[in-house]
Amino acid sequence: MTTLIEAPPEDSDGLLPAKKKSSGGGLGQYILIRFLLIFPTILILVTMVFFLMRITGDPITAAMGGRLPPDQLQQRITAAGYDRPILVQYFEYLGQLVTGNFGTTLSDNRKVTEMLGTYGSATLELSINALIVALLVGIPLGMLAAHRRDHVPDAVLRIFAILCYATPVFFAGLLLKLTFSVWLGWLPVAGRAKTSTELALTSLQAPTGIYWLDALRSGNMAALGDVMAHAVLPAVALGLLTAGIFLRLVRTNVIGTLGKDYVEAGRSRGVSEFRLVTKHAYKPALIPIITVMGLQIAVMLGGAVLTEKTFEWKGLGFQLATYLTARDYVAVQGIVVLLAVIVATTNFIVDVVAALIDPRVRY
Amino acid sequence: MSTTEAPVPVANPRSSFFLRLPVVSHVRQSVGLQRGMLIMGLVLTAVFLLTALLAPFIAPFGFAQLSDGDGNFPAQQPPGGKHPLGTTVGGYDVLSRVMWGTQTALLVIIIAVVLSIFAGVILGLVSGYIGGWLDRILVVVADAIYAFPSLLLAIVMAIVISGGQSSLFGGVMAAAISITVVFIPQYFRVIRAETIRLKAEPFVESAKVVGASNLRIITRHIYRNATRTLPLIFTLNASEAILTLAALGFLGFGIEPSSASEWGFDLSKALADTTSGIWWTGVFPGLAIVWVVLGLTLVGESINDLNDPRLRGRKRANRKAPAASPAANAAPGPDTESSNP
Repeated sequence: MTTLIEAPPEDSDGLLPAKKKSSGGGLGQYILIRFLLIFPTILILVTMVFFLMRITGDPITAAMGGRLPPDQLQQRITAAGYDRPILVQYFEYLGQLVTGNFGTTLSDNRKVTEMLGTYGSATLELSINALIVALLVGIPLGMLAAHRRDHVPDAVLRIFAILCYATPVFFAGLLLKLTFSVWLGWLPVAGRAKTSTELALTSLQAPTGIYWLDALRSGNMAALGDVMAHAVLPAVALGLLTAGIFLRLVRTNVIGTLGKDYVEAGRSRGVSEFRLVTKHAYKPALIPIITVMGLQIAVMLGGAVLTEKTFEWKGLGFQLATYLTARDYVAVQGIVVLLAVIVATTNFIVDVVAALIDPRVRY
Repeated sequence: MSTTEAPVPVANPRSSFFLRLPVVSHVRQSVGLQRGMLIMGLVLTAVFLLTALLAPFIAPFGFAQLSDGDGNFPAQQPPGGKHPLGTTVGGYDVLSRVMWGTQTALLVIIIAVVLSIFAGVILGLVSGYIGGWLDRILVVVADAIYAFPSLLLAIVMAIVISGGQSSLFGGVMAAAISITVVFIPQYFRVIRAETIRLKAEPFVESAKVVGASNLRIITRHIYRNATRTLPLIFTLNASEAILTLAALGFLGFGIEPSSASEWGFDLSKALADTTSGIWWTGVFPGLAIVWVVLGLTLVGESINDLNDPRLRGRKRANRKAPAASPAANAAPGPDTESSNP
C-alpha cells in the first residue's frame, strides 16, 4: 500500500540498467548518466531505421522506379552514391547527421532540415493544444471519479476513459468533423487557418510557425480567432486520447492517497471532502502524471500523425503520410530520426523533473 | 511494468478445473460494477469472435462484391433496403465489409500476438537468466524501441515487408509483423523481470544442485512460472494490435479492398465523404473498431483490476473469511497504463 504514489514502474524497472549498479550517487550523477543514455537510444533507432529502410533497396529506385529509363536511374543512383557498400553509406549518414545534414528529399527536392523546421512547428502547436485539452479534461474528471468512487459518476467516467482509449484518433476526428463542421457548421472542416490568415501570418517578420503565437504577437485578433477555430477539433481529437489515460491515472492515485493517514487526519479536523480531494490527496498523486507524460509524448506523436492526416493539418505527420505515398524514403527517414531525437530528449527532461520532485527516483 | 506482478487469482484449489480457468475465476471473484464491465467485455468480444467465424454465412455479400443478380450496386446509397448500412463510393456494401473486416482483424491479432509472445518470451528468458552484457544490450535496445512511437515503427516495418502494396496474405503478414516488432519489448520486459526474480528462488537453486542443465531450468522451472501474467498482456495487446492495424490502413498501408476488408482503409476512404455529409461509410467501420477494442480492453482491464487488491471492488473486503480469497494476499499488480498509437 505504501508504494502507491511511487513513480510508475515503467521508470523504475529495467530502464536504466547501468544506474542500478552505481552505489548511491547524487542528483548530478543521476542527471549525467541519464543524459549520456540519450545517445545510445538515438543511435540504436537511427541504425535500425537506416538498415531497415535499405533492406528493400535504394531510395531512388523506390521513388523513381518505373518512371525513369534504367540507364538514367543508374546514373542518379551513382550520383547519389547509393551504389557503394552499405556500411560506407551508413557511416557517411551518421557523419552527416552529426553535422545536422539530413539530406535532400527526393519527391520535392527540399532540404530535409528546412522541411522539418517548417512543419515541425505545426506539429508542436498541435501537441501543445492537445496536451492542454488532455490535462483540462483528465485531471478534474479523474479527481471526480476518485471522489465518487464506485458510484454512478465513477462508472460513467471509467467507461469514458476506456472509450477514449478504444476510439482511434482518426475515427474520433471523423465524428467531430461530421458533428461540428458538417451538421452544425460551427467549426471549419480542416486545415490550420484560412488562406488569407495563413498569408498574413507567414509574411510576418521571423514567424515562429506557431500560428496563435504569431497572431498574438502581431495583435491580429481576427487571425487569432480564425486560428483558434481551426485548432479546436484536432486538439480535442488528439487530446481525448491522452485524457483517458490521465483520468485513470489520477483516479487510481487519488484513491490511494485518500486512504493515507494524513488525509484521515485532515478529515477528522473537519476539512471538507472537496478540499481533501483537491488539495490534500491531489498533489502527491500528480507525481506519476509527470513520468507518464514522458511516455505519452511518444503516444501523442504517433497520434499526431493520424490527427494531421484527418484534419489536413500541415505538420510533420501530414508530410510523413504524403512522403510515404510518394515513397520518398529520405524524407521519411529524416522525420523518423527527428521524432526519435524529440522522444529521447523529452524522456530525459521528464526523468530529470521527476528526480527533482521525488528524491526516491534517484535511488 | 513492475518487477512484481500479481499471480492469476487462484480460486479454491479444490474446486473444479472449469472454475479455476482464468476468466471464469475472475467472473466469480468480481462484484458490482467490475463484474458488469467484465461481462460486457466478454459479450462484446464473443460477438466479435462469432462474427469473424461466421462471416461467410451471415454477411449479405462478399467483401469485394460490386454487383448481384439485379446488376451493379449503386454508389453512396444511404442505409436502408437491400444495403442496411448503405454503400461506399466504390459501390461496396458497408455491412458486408464491416463483417468481413472482423476476419482480417482476428487474423492479425492472432499472428501478431503469437509471434511477439514467442520472440519476447524467448528473449526475456535468455536475457534474464544469462544476464551480463547480453542482458544489458538487449535491455537498452528494447527500451529504445519501447520509447519510440509504435506507429512510426510499424510504418517503417510495413515499408520493409510489403513496400506498402499488399494482397491479403502479404498485407496481413506485414501488419502482423510490424505490430510484433512493437510488442516484443513489452513481453521481453515482463518476462525478463520475472526471470530475474525467479532465478534467485530456492527451487531454481535446488534444480541446479540436482544437476539440471541451464536449458532445462529455463524451459521447465522458470518458463512455467514466468508466463503467468501473459493472458493479461495478451488482451491489452490484442486491442493495441487492432488500433495499429487500423492506423496502418488509414495511412494507406492497408490491404487492397479487393483482397480483404480492413476497417482502417475504409475509414481513410470515408474521410473524403464526410464533407458532403455521407456519414455511413465512415461511422460503421469506426464503430466496429471501437467495439472490438472496447471489448478486449474491458476484459483486460477487469482482469488487471481483479488481480490488484488495491483496485478490486471494496465490497469484497466486507466478506468474512479471509481464507475464501487467497488472492487478497497477492502483490500489487502491474500498473498497466499501456501506451497505444
